[in-house]
Amino acid sequence: MEHAKKIDAPIDPSKIKVSKKVFNPGPARSRWGNVCNFLFLCLVGVFMVFPLVMIINNAFKPMDELFLFPPRIFVQNPTLDNFSNISVLMSQSWIPFSRYIFNTVGTCAVATFFHIIFASLAAYVLEKRDFPGRNVLFKIVVVSLMFTPTVTAIPNYIIMSKLGMIDTYWALILPYVGSSMGLYLMKQHLSASVPTALLEAARIDGASELRIFRSIVMPMVKPAWLTMMLFSVQSMWGITGANMIFTEAKKPLSYALNQIVSGGIARAGAGAAVQLIMIAPPILIFIVTQTQVLDTMASSGIKD
Amino acid sequence: MKAAEVSAKQISSKVSLKKRFRQNWDCYLYMAPYMLIFFTFTVLPVVMSIVLSFTYYNILEPPQFIFLDNYRNLLATDDVFLLAVKNTLIIAVIVGPVGYLACLLFAWLINELSPIVRAVMVVILYAPTLSGGAYTIWQVLFSGDSTAWINGMLLNFGLIDEPIQFLTNADYMIWICIIVQIWMSLGAGFLSNVAGFRSMDRSQYEAGYVDGIRNRWQELWFITLPSMRPQLMFSAVMSITSAFSVGDVTVQLFGNPSTDYAAHTILNHISDYANVRFEMGYACAIATVLFATMVGLNELIQRLLRKVGQ
Repeated sequence: MEHAKKIDAPIDPSKIKVSKKVFNPGPARSRWGNVCNFLFLCLVGVFMVFPLVMIINNAFKPMDELFLFPPRIFVQNPTLDNFSNISVLMSQSWIPFSRYIFNTVGTCAVATFFHIIFASLAAYVLEKRDFPGRNVLFKIVVVSLMFTPTVTAIPNYIIMSKLGMIDTYWALILPYVGSSMGLYLMKQHLSASVPTALLEAARIDGASELRIFRSIVMPMVKPAWLTMMLFSVQSMWGITGANMIFTEAKKPLSYALNQIVSGGIARAGAGAAVQLIMIAPPILIFIVTQTQVLDTMASSGIKD
Repeated sequence: MKAAEVSAKQISSKVSLKKRFRQNWDCYLYMAPYMLIFFTFTVLPVVMSIVLSFTYYNILEPPQFIFLDNYRNLLATDDVFLLAVKNTLIIAVIVGPVGYLACLLFAWLINELSPIVRAVMVVILYAPTLSGGAYTIWQVLFSGDSTAWINGMLLNFGLIDEPIQFLTNADYMIWICIIVQIWMSLGAGFLSNVAGFRSMDRSQYEAGYVDGIRNRWQELWFITLPSMRPQLMFSAVMSITSAFSVGDVTVQLFGNPSTDYAAHTILNHISDYANVRFEMGYACAIATVLFATMVGLNELIQRLLRKVGQ
């Protein structure tokens, strides 16, 4: 409010002089400030990226380079041995490697699909329709952004066992389908990028609610569901299914890969390759979808 | 204009609750699939957790109601819990604000880079959070061997005579946990801030320069931050959540329990009682305390953030 008043206030001539002086060097950036910013960013960038660079390089190092002293960051003679080692190790297990991959990719895909459909539908009516209880429901969703899995783990196990879902894929899929981050982001994005008037027009033309959702709303919020996809892969890819899955054939990939890593020094090479496999998919998806994700996050703020 | 709108809305909501329901009953149908799952697997667990916290429950026998005994034990007799609270608070007090400010600071700094450099920097800064389990690499860096990265370097420079057992020495563990946690602190809140800066209206700045905004700090405080308040609030929720839910990192790096409980956090305490001792009621009491702290703190910070730029 105060700010708006200042702009509206009449400008007296003496002030124009001062502001002109400031305005000429542009947005008031000093060269030293820029240099400092640049150096600072470089330093932090190195701190942030160093462990990741190490993971990537280690995955391609032959055994003798992994244990070289003094250690080198960058790989000298890159090799794919570590990856072929994984398949050799996995071929000895009585569950085929492809089964673990199927388990993770399958649960991830099913959970993502239903999460996007269900959460978007709910977000759509929460944002665009005025029914009793919508504010309360949305408040609950915002508070639930703070629920960490560990806090809900015990009751979740009890609920799962009462529903008879322990040791089924549903135990991995359903908790994610109901996660609140996706609904929250979708609702905020809908409010910023889908004009209500457009929906009214479609309604007058006789389009049914589901048709409006499918043919008008969903295509318009593509950035938001790509973001939901990113977040769901981020949290589903590394899922180990501990406590929930006991049948070996239903265990996810990260569980099998963790078994390799726990083999210790002898499996350091394969372990390094495993680490790369575990971190790569979310990062790759983010590189591809960054623009859309940032579009979605622009409306992610919590409004009073 | 705005006041009229609000009052009209209030009147309509008072008068025609029944009508609103009749006109919009299909909404409940559309929400049903999500809300059913959301309430079963997200809301119900929290409610159950609060209820179970007043019971003794070991999974095999039905829960016995023991009222506040769990909480009394927690505060009066469980020294390890108090240690866990202390550790969690030390971590949260450092990681929370540092991470929160880092989310803002880096979003602000990279905002002025060229689009391609900015895109690369966003990936680099966000990657540690994005890549779930990448923090295990810190185990290699901090390993206690004399040939490990950090020990090797310190030995080489002659700063130490023998390798430091970073991952089992109580003096270092909590600080290593803090470093790793800060490394992972640029999460969804950071993205939200980046997007917020990106969508700032340039003309607002120009108006500000005419008004006599003299440097970047004033620009940030009087123009940028007030219009980014929604993003700041979102990022606060994210920072609080991640600062208080430190647990996986300590298990992975130091084991559970860690040496002398030196890096024992509240989350570790929960999984200790839930997964090892099967005292579910007690574990739920710990979870409830943690959860209440997080929600309370969030309320406080949201209130503070409403004052930004005033």
